[in-house]
Amino acid sequence: MPIEFDTNKKFEEYATQGVLVSTEWLAANLNRDGLVVVESDEDVLLYEIGHIPGAVKIDWHTDLNDPITRDYVSNEAFKALMDAKGISAEDTVIIYGDKSNWWASYALWVFKLFGHNDVRLVDGGRDKWIAEGRELVKDVPSREISDYPLPTRDDSTLRAFRDDVLAHFGNPLIDVRSTEEYTGERTHMPAYPEEGALRGGHIPSAASVPWAKAAGENGVFKPRQELEEIYLDGAGLKKGDNVIAYCRIGERSSHTWFVLNYLLGFENVRNYDGSWTEWGSLVGVPIVKGIEPGTAPMARR
Amino acid sequence: MATETVESLVEDFQSLAVKDRLNLLLEFSENLPSLPARYADHPDLLERVEECQSPIYLFVEVADETVHLFFTAPEEAPTTRGFASILHAVIDGLPVEKALAIDDDFPSRIGLSEAVSPLRMRGMRGMLARIKRQVAEKQ
Repeated sequence: MPIEFDTNKKFEEYATQGVLVSTEWLAANLNRDGLVVVESDEDVLLYEIGHIPGAVKIDWHTDLNDPITRDYVSNEAFKALMDAKGISAEDTVIIYGDKSNWWASYALWVFKLFGHNDVRLVDGGRDKWIAEGRELVKDVPSREISDYPLPTRDDSTLRAFRDDVLAHFGNPLIDVRSTEEYTGERTHMPAYPEEGALRGGHIPSAASVPWAKAAGENGVFKPRQELEEIYLDGAGLKKGDNVIAYCRIGERSSHTWFVLNYLLGFENVRNYDGSWTEWGSLVGVPIVKGIEPGTAPMARR
Repeated sequence: MATETVESLVEDFQSLAVKDRLNLLLEFSENLPSLPARYADHPDLLERVEECQSPIYLFVEVADETVHLFFTAPEEAPTTRGFASILHAVIDGLPVEKALAIDDDFPSRIGLSEAVSPLRMRGMRGMLARIKRQVAEKQ
């Protein structure tokens, strides 16, 4: 039985239906067969101090990334993760997390790389659930081990690599990091310590739209009109554009990818997960310092 | 007196599987002592640890050559609270000289880098550096 969409009025104006659920809807639909709630947070201990009843934890760091190669886990490892968490291919997966669903969006994007059909976010995430005084529990559910079919990760549709970025020049790029990272004043997030890119700045021609602009009070997504003001009027995106978003390692830009792809209906949006930690250290690629986007060099194909 | 030495703490963490190290960090987090009223009423006295993503504030007291640490961080920041609590366990109650001699890099040796992002580990080193700076200023 497919799980019906949340028909909350707020979501009607977004380009894609069935990608968001409200906290009210979730509270009323917990424990349904075929629905699995997943918590994915930036702070890796939050699930342990209390989570939505029945939710399983997926840790972006240890579950979704390969421990050795800088890449996502293999097809086999993703299957093993789904089996261990008791998630089947036909299940509706509802993801929520801390900090305006920052890491929850990242987990959702990785689920989509592996082709999981029905994945939705809880609008407002963990903070909204807590702010509304809803129930949190500490017990870890024991779900029956599933038998997820071996997926094939698709790296060509939703994901961009550095050569894709070089070939993309002339098309819009969105840099979702903070202004200080964009200008090159720093190579890491404000309030986070120094972290490893050799040069500060941004990819030439990228427009600066810090990711959290898409989130309003309580971490919920802003109404469509406000999102259009930010990304269309503000960053100059036009319907039909082919867009690449990036940040530092691809997590914050997953949030922007979600907004552009599902809420605004851009059909060709990719997340460059190599992001600044790769581009800012690559030999021989152009970068721009300062607040101006700069001009795109010739595309290299 | 400090309840743990750096070496016993490193050993405690290293003897556990990665997942259990997180549980131990959680235990520390739950045991972070709350702020006494004299600081709770004077947030201006506390220093913010800018290296940490979550808001955490600390204050160091030196009395009779002995170091005392005070922290405050929200319940919704368990990792940061856990780090603060570890530092409390190894430093609070030490004589100044021993507190200043704590290895700046011991946070890298507790084996949490695989479970917690490297950024967070740098946050813990930032906390330690600020504590030692305050100790040096106040001794």
